[in-house]
This record gives sequence, structure tokens and C-alpha cells, in this order.
Amino acid sequence: MNNATSPKGIYAIAPERRLGGAAHTALVQRRKAAEKRFRYYGLGALVVSLMFLVLLFASIIAKGWTAFEQTYLRLDVDFATDVLVPDGDRSEQALSSANYPALVKNAIWAAFPDVTSRGEKRQLQDLVSSGASFELRNIVMNDPSVIGTQRSVWVPATAFVDSLIKGQMDRSLPESERKLSDLQISWVDHLLSNGHIEKRFNTMLFTDGDSRDPELAGIGGAIMGSLYTMLVTLLLSFPIGVAAAIYLEEFAPRNRWTDLIEVNINNLAAVPSIVYGLLGLAVFINFLGLPRSSPLVGGLVLTLMTLPVVIIASRAALTSVPPSIREAALGMGASKMQTITHHVLPLAMPGMLTGAIIGMARALGETAPLLMIGMVAFIVDVPKSLTDPATALPVQIYLWASSPERAFVERTSAAILVLLAFMVLMNALAVVLRKRFERRW
Amino acid sequence: MNLSVVLTAVLGLAALAYHFGRRRAFAVVSGRVRDLHSLPSYYGMHTALWCGVPALIVMSLWLAFEPSIMTNLVVERLPEAMRHVPESQLNLVINDIRNAVNGTMTGNDPAIREAADYYLQLRTVSHAAMAVVLFALCAAGGSWAWKRIAPDFRARNRVEKSMSVLLILCSMVAVFTTIGIVLSVLFESLRFFQQIPLTDFLFGLEWSPQTAMRADQVGASGAFGMIPLLTGTLLVSGIAMLVAVPLGLMSALYLSEYAPSRVRTFGKPLLEVLAGIPTVVYGFFAAITVAPFLRDLGASVGLQVASESALAAGAVMGIMIIPFVSSLSDDVINAVPQAMRDGSYALGATKSETIKNVVLPAALPGIVGSVLLAISRAIGETMIVVMAAGLSAKLTANPLEAVTTVTVQIVTLLVGDQEFDSPKTLAAFALGLVLFLITLVLNIIALHVVRKYREQYE
Repeated sequence: MNNATSPKGIYAIAPERRLGGAAHTALVQRRKAAEKRFRYYGLGALVVSLMFLVLLFASIIAKGWTAFEQTYLRLDVDFATDVLVPDGDRSEQALSSANYPALVKNAIWAAFPDVTSRGEKRQLQDLVSSGASFELRNIVMNDPSVIGTQRSVWVPATAFVDSLIKGQMDRSLPESERKLSDLQISWVDHLLSNGHIEKRFNTMLFTDGDSRDPELAGIGGAIMGSLYTMLVTLLLSFPIGVAAAIYLEEFAPRNRWTDLIEVNINNLAAVPSIVYGLLGLAVFINFLGLPRSSPLVGGLVLTLMTLPVVIIASRAALTSVPPSIREAALGMGASKMQTITHHVLPLAMPGMLTGAIIGMARALGETAPLLMIGMVAFIVDVPKSLTDPATALPVQIYLWASSPERAFVERTSAAILVLLAFMVLMNALAVVLRKRFERRW
Repeated sequence: MNLSVVLTAVLGLAALAYHFGRRRAFAVVSGRVRDLHSLPSYYGMHTALWCGVPALIVMSLWLAFEPSIMTNLVVERLPEAMRHVPESQLNLVINDIRNAVNGTMTGNDPAIREAADYYLQLRTVSHAAMAVVLFALCAAGGSWAWKRIAPDFRARNRVEKSMSVLLILCSMVAVFTTIGIVLSVLFESLRFFQQIPLTDFLFGLEWSPQTAMRADQVGASGAFGMIPLLTGTLLVSGIAMLVAVPLGLMSALYLSEYAPSRVRTFGKPLLEVLAGIPTVVYGFFAAITVAPFLRDLGASVGLQVASESALAAGAVMGIMIIPFVSSLSDDVINAVPQAMRDGSYALGATKSETIKNVVLPAALPGIVGSVLLAISRAIGETMIVVMAAGLSAKLTANPLEAVTTVTVQIVTLLVGDQEFDSPKTLAAFALGLVLFLITLVLNIIALHVVRKYREQYE
């Protein structure tokens, strides 16, 4: 009952700063504005980051989708006997080395009979890809009876004609800055108007190996190279990774040695990939003498790289299996090894597979270590075994990206789209596996 | 005999051994399985192991030592004149012989052709001998184990023992990888430092890796100073961090503190897609889209921007690193106990005030750790800089100029033809060693900080 209880403190606050006073309202508004601002910064950061993603995809799709089509020319080819078999020798060997380029030349010249000067004939020839003669050879080799007959054949046009048809070449540029002369453009327009040029789905892109000519270059060889490399990686990294995870999670005693292994695995997961390439070069190629540029060495290097990922994922899968399962098995008299192989491992398998697939998807996109072990060579042939020289899909992208021809930009983007499609597929598989077999305990 | 045929045969024999072992296990107890110590299949496995494992070990040893022994034998038989030459020349001859053996080169030297034929002949003999030895081993090992099958024989314990040995071996692969990395990089680096003094490498201000073909050549002595590479690397990584840290951190804060759960379930995986895109794709994006855009932008405001500017490479690298920063920060932000937030709210703080004054200070060590990990990732990143940064080593801090990085130089030095005794190629390994050490130290610090931080709140 004295002054101490009097609400003196409240009256000490100036009226405008009291609840609902002008200054207080201003303060609250300021704080609310700051709150809102901060929230928008966060949202902005997220939106900007995702915009980069959209931008990246948009730019690559915009550049790459045209590569899935290729311009073809229709040639009325005269499989003249005197050109193909001048000395009457129709053996396979003679046919395969016959003068097919001459057939192509004759056919394109025949399409424009009024072109007579040497220079113009040469320009005319330049409309047809050098792949045309291979096409003709295939036709003759498959069916030698076409010799002496006439037939119209669709053959690939050169990359310049291709980009003109796709509208990538600017017709308004002065002739000297264009890759095609005025004359050539008029020929192409003529062919286009009578239906002798058309765009078709580009199957060569998926089946052929690399080439110096953009219109003939394909990712078939690179896909096979990647496939072989991934096969080695999967066959090695999955069993080794799972075995290592089982040991570390189920058997290993807690001591300095296992601590060391654990620190090791965590550090390996963060070692730059190019260092693995140096390891591969020094150990697998120089020391063990394995063949350079081969999918075998590539697979070994990528195995070492993916191993930490697989081990970490497999360990997580093992820990998620509840101990009661182990205790029940042990209680029934199973040995520790039987408990793990019969009960824990099957339950952890979906998680392990998911981890392995994600690791493989990462390995599929890896480029730098493969550069170190020589998988960057220009390789035309599609590899047929683990020790053939090969490239991989991402390396092919790198190679094409650094080549100067404008037409390769389109193919590079298309190759990127194929690579991304593979990765999306693998990740989707991992998600499906997880969803399908996920178990809540 | 073809190697894969031999291997298949050994595995087939092991499978047979399994079958016979299992049958004998049934036989010794005349079908009463409960009299056996282990299940019959364990007896089979034990027999198969004894049949296959020794043979496989001998096979790998044989194949490991075969080439060097045979090369020696072939060299012995070479003509006198070819044998008594300096070591390096002899190596060339041996290489020629190898190529002739593999059929990759049609040798025109009759001596080499002959040596190659001799080598092939030796190899045939050696493989035949190996096949005989292996089959003998299979038979001996298998029958020995088969004989030992008895009702009280502890087959399961032995099989499990060998399985756990296998598990231990697999878990040591990681250790061997580290040892392999360290040794291979260190070994070649030491050879490099024998030719180029360590101080020149560490403190030299000039980098022009070339070696003279002749002594009187212009610019005969290359310069191997790594400072310009290091500054270039730091410049590019610094730009990357300027992009990645604010964007990544703010995205993580938004996703974990503000975003409605619908946004979170879509936003987080989408952000992580950025981390899954191969780096070669980012490199292409940087070189084809971003760099020309920046150059034109610079030209329109009167700035000279190099077409391989550090800015383009750094910015794109930053985009790649956003998800690393955001997902790691997300983890540490979620590890801050809810009680601390509730306390702050109870005192009347708004959400953003709580984040700025309570959550961030509490999560700071973890965030620093994640940023360190991101920096180490940026320093080791290769493809983006190979495709979008330059090759000339300039000592500059101007982000609009072209710079080169450690990883770019490793790639340029090692791609293409290489001989393993010039300082030029060895320099790549020295750079690799520097790269490995820098990232290792960063990782160890970062992992330590993150772990300490986690313990604090557990």
C-alpha cells in the first residue's frame, strides 16, 4: 500500500510512444516493413536461382532442338556401270573401293544441266555432304543389282545448306560473309521449290561416331563409350561399396583404424574430380599399363570417384533398418553374417540401389577425370569392347563445344539434351525405387 | 589359351566344387542334415572357395608379373646393336615391340617384327602353362576341402570368416585410393621439383610452361611460378562465392523459415537439380551464352570485357554452387533448436529479427563450414573454367579480364601427347598436389567445424 505499486513506469513513457501512439505505430510499421522486405529477399533469391535453371534449359533447348532434324537432298543417281565397275570386277572388295564420289558429282551436276563452268560445278558439288558417297556405297554393297540402273536417293546435305534451310543463316549478309554464295542459295531455293530438299528426323545423330563434318557427326560412339564406362563403374562400385558399408556399419569395432577409414571416405567425397584423373593417369595407365583412352580405365577412375557416394548411401540404408529385425534374427539362432545377408541386406537394398543410381548419374556427367586419361581423342569408330579407344558423352560435348564450326553448337546442345535425358531417367528411376520400396518402421 | 576362357573355366570348376561339396555333406550324414554342424550349402561354399580363390590369386599374380619377365626375355634375344643403347632408346624399342604385338603398328623393322613374334610365342606358352597350373590348383584345393567334409566340420564359421575378410578388403579400398592419390601426385611432383626449385614454383610470379627443344631456342626456359594461377583461381572462386553465398543462403532461409510446405516440396528438389547438371553443360552455357552476353553488355556501356572473362566463368560457377550452399545451410538452420526461436518470439521479436539475431548467429559456425566446403568445390571445379576461362596466366584482380586457374593448366598440360620426363607434364602433377592439399585442408576444417557445431545442439 505504498507508492511502489503506483503505475509510475507506464506514465513515464511519452504518450506518442505508448501502444497505439504515433511513434509506436511508426515503429511497428517499420518493423513490419522490414519483415516483409526480408521475406521478399528470400523469395527473390529462390526465384533468381530457379530462373537460372530455366534460363539454362531454355538456352540449351533453343539451340539444340533443331539438331534432331537434318536436311536431305534428293539425287537422281545413275549407278553407271562404267563408273562403278570399269574393269568388270564385281568382287566385294572392288565394289567397296569404287568411285562413289564420282556418282554423287554426276548426279548433282545432272540436276542442274545449265551449270557448265568448272568453278560453278565445284560450288554445286559443295551442297552435298561427303557422307553421300558412303550412303551410295551402302546401297550398292547391300544390293549389287542396282549397278547399271537409275534410282533417286536421299542423301545428307552439307551443314551450310542445313543451317540455311533451318533459317540460321542470315541471307541479308553480304555474300563474302556468308558460307554459301548467292548462286548456291539460288540452287537450294530451286531444289526446295521442287521438293528435292526436305528435313527429316536425324537418325545419324544417334547412331554414328564422331566426324569432322558436322552433318555426319553423331553421338552413337560416345553413347557406347559412356555405356561401357558406366558398366565397369556399376559392376565395381556397387558390390565394393555395399561390402564396405556392411563392414563399417555392422562389423567394424570403434577404434582409430575405423575412424581413419571413415574420415577418409568423407574426404574422398570432396576431393576434386580432376585429382582422380591424375591418379588414373599415374596408376592405371603409367604404372599398370592399361590401354589409354579405354572405357576400362575410365570406369576404374569413376569407380573410385563414386565409391564414397555409394558407401555413404549404403550406410544410411543399413542404419534405417531397425535393430529389432537384427535382434529377432539373432534370437532365432542365426549367425551375425546370416542375419545380415538374409534379413538386413534385403531390407536395405532399395536404399542402396537408389544411392548407387544417383552416384552413377553423377559419374555419367563427369568429364574432367576422363580428359586426364585420354578419352578426348577424336574417335570415329563406335567402340566394340572395354579396351577400345572411346570417348564418353560429356567428353564429346566438350570436344564439340570447342570446335569452331557454327553447326557444332547445335549438335553440342542436342548432345547435352540427350545427356540430360539420360540423367533425368536415372534420377526418376531412383525416385520410383524409393517410392515403391520405401518402408516406414 | 584365351584369358576369359581360363577365367570362366576356373569359375565353372568352383561351381562344380560347390555342387560336389554339398552332395558330400549330405552323403556323410546319409541325408540327416541336423547331424551336420553347418547347412550343406556352407560345405559347398567352403569347397568352392578352396577351389577358386587360390587359383584366382595365382592368376592375378601371374598376369601382373608376366609382361615384365617376358619383356626381359625378349630384350635378351634382341640383336646386340639394339640392346646396347641408352635406357630411353631401349624403352622406345620395347614400345615398338608392344605396338607390333598389339597389331596397332605394322613394324617395318624386321628385328622388331621378329621380337614381336617371339613375344607372342612366349605369351602363348605362358598362358598355356598358367592354365595348367590353375587347373591343378583348382583340383588340389577343391579335393582337399572335399576330403575334409565331416559332420562336425565347422564350414559355416570358415565361410563367414572369409566373407568378413572380403568385407574388410572392400572397406580398405577407400584408404588405398587416398594412398594412391597421395603417392601418385607426390611421386611425380618430387621429380618435378628436382628440375624446378620448390621456391620458384611456390613464389614465382610468371607461368609459361614450356620446355626447350634446343638450348638456344627463344624463350628456352619456361617459367613455373604458380602465383598467377593461384590468384586466377581465387578470383574466379571469389566471384562464384559472391553469387552463390547470398543466393544460396537466402534461398535456404526462405525455404526453411518462410515457405509454405507446398513451395518447399517443389523448391528444394528443383534447386538441387542445379547441382545435378553436369559441369560440362555449365561450361557450355558459360562459353556460348553468358560470356558473349557479358561482352556485349560491357561494350554497350563502354567497358572492355574479355570474351573469356573471369566474370562469366565465376558467375556460372556460382550458379552451380548455389544448391551446395543452400542445402548445407538448410541442414544447419534446421538444427537450431526450436526453443531458441520460441524464446525470441516470446520477447516480441518478429520472424526476420529472430532469424537475424538468433538463428543466424547460432547457425554461423555451420554456415561457415558449408561455405568452406563450397569454396573447396569451386577451387577444384574444372570443366566450367576449362571452357569459359582463358589460358594466359595474368596477375590481375580485374574480373573483366581473362585469367587462368590451376585446374585449367592441369588439363592443358596433360591433354594431348605427353612424355613423362619433361617438367611440362610433371608440373601438372605438382599443381595437382597443390590442389589436393588446398581442398583437403579446407574440407578437414569445414567437416570439423560442422561436426563441432552439430555436437553443440545434440
